[in-house]
Amino acid sequence: MSEIFQITTLSLQISICATLLSLLVGLPLGTWLGLGRFRGRAFLLSLINTGMALPPVVVGLLIAALLWRNGPLGEFQLIYTPVAIIMAQFLIAFPVVTGLTAAALGALDPRLQWQILGLGASRWQMIWILWREARLPLLAALMAGFGSVISEVGASMMVGGNIRGQTRVLTTAIVLETSKGEFGQAFALSALLLVITYLINLALTMIQQKNARQ
Amino acid sequence: MEEIPTSGPLVEMENVLVRRQYGVALRVSRLEVYEGETLAVVGPNGAGKSTLLLVLARLLKITSGEIYFKAKPLWEWNELEYRRSLGFVFQEALLLDMTVAENVALGLKFRGIPGVEVRARVERWLKALGIEALAERRAGQLSGGEAQRVSLARALALDPRLFLLDEPFSALDQPSRFHLIHDVAGLLKQDNRTTLFVTHDLNEAARLADRIAVFLSGKLQQVGTVEEVFRNPANERVRAFVSLRDR
Repeated sequence: MSEIFQITTLSLQISICATLLSLLVGLPLGTWLGLGRFRGRAFLLSLINTGMALPPVVVGLLIAALLWRNGPLGEFQLIYTPVAIIMAQFLIAFPVVTGLTAAALGALDPRLQWQILGLGASRWQMIWILWREARLPLLAALMAGFGSVISEVGASMMVGGNIRGQTRVLTTAIVLETSKGEFGQAFALSALLLVITYLINLALTMIQQKNARQ
Repeated sequence: MEEIPTSGPLVEMENVLVRRQYGVALRVSRLEVYEGETLAVVGPNGAGKSTLLLVLARLLKITSGEIYFKAKPLWEWNELEYRRSLGFVFQEALLLDMTVAENVALGLKFRGIPGVEVRARVERWLKALGIEALAERRAGQLSGGEAQRVSLARALALDPRLFLLDEPFSALDQPSRFHLIHDVAGLLKQDNRTTLFVTHDLNEAARLADRIAVFLSGKLQQVGTVEEVFRNPANERVRAFVSLRDR
């Protein structure tokens, strides 16, 4: 029981951390792409949109190549640590958050920027108000980002190694139990993963709906 | 006969040219906006009227020429400081997803004005526009006329030195439009506020303005009092345009 608790806690810690990091990078980057008008914007957006469909195993391979003993970041000895999984999950979630942020802000009436500036807003005040205005789709971006990492297995397996007590998370534990033929354990862990994902999304959805009703 | 303003110009434009992707959007050889006057910018669709307002609000850059505000070139003014001396109302109310009172308070909050003063000013302008009963209503629950009143209150609460209105009445139905024009005419006269308002409706211009500036195909054709322009159009194109006014 204590092992399941440890696995669950670690899964949440890693995925929440990766989602928050992707929000930290994806929100400003998505804002820049969504509101900016510059050469190369369409190209960058197409890269981000492609990134939204990046297979986790490919991300796992990239991060593994970076962190492997002879890789560029090998000296930090991060492979098979929770940090390595956070890095991989960040790479999976940040295009999702960035792309959906860009889409959310791009969908606002473009004259709204003029109107807010016309009311005497500084650039930062304008961006804050636009985020507030697009808060429902931005919350959806956050939910999608979290959903993409809590449920992925390929990257976590490749860069985390599924080491008991160290890097084993819910999804990699499910794979292991299934491969051992322990279907009961696998189903129990799957149910736990679904319940956790459901509860987190329920909380975010309730915040979203409360805003929508207002 | 309307009174011609006697004070100096608040805004002066000299040889201003604005090019956009499709060609010349605005050409003004000389235009002055005097302190306390209401200048109507008239012309058909695509005449460059809205471009003029965007340029004056520094939301669009000019290609060449010079604009002066209080006798100082526009580029010498700090952009934010300059924009904070303006009030801008668009054709659509463009309200934010918050209550009416919060919308009206927005520009005041951007300026860091203390809460007590914000509340007083919001109350004053909601009352002036006849919408105090709507203070706590969400912007999405308003009719077109109500929303435009909120938009006007939001800009007027800033006590702007230069008030820019881009066809603020054109999206409204006839009764709302009639009442709002009547109210705005009263407010502008009462405060002696320097106002530039864009319209393609000559009757609206005649009703509200001290002077009118006629734009056709992006070029300023004539500026003068309402009577001057209607009686002595500068050229045939202006004559043809002003003849569209309902008598």
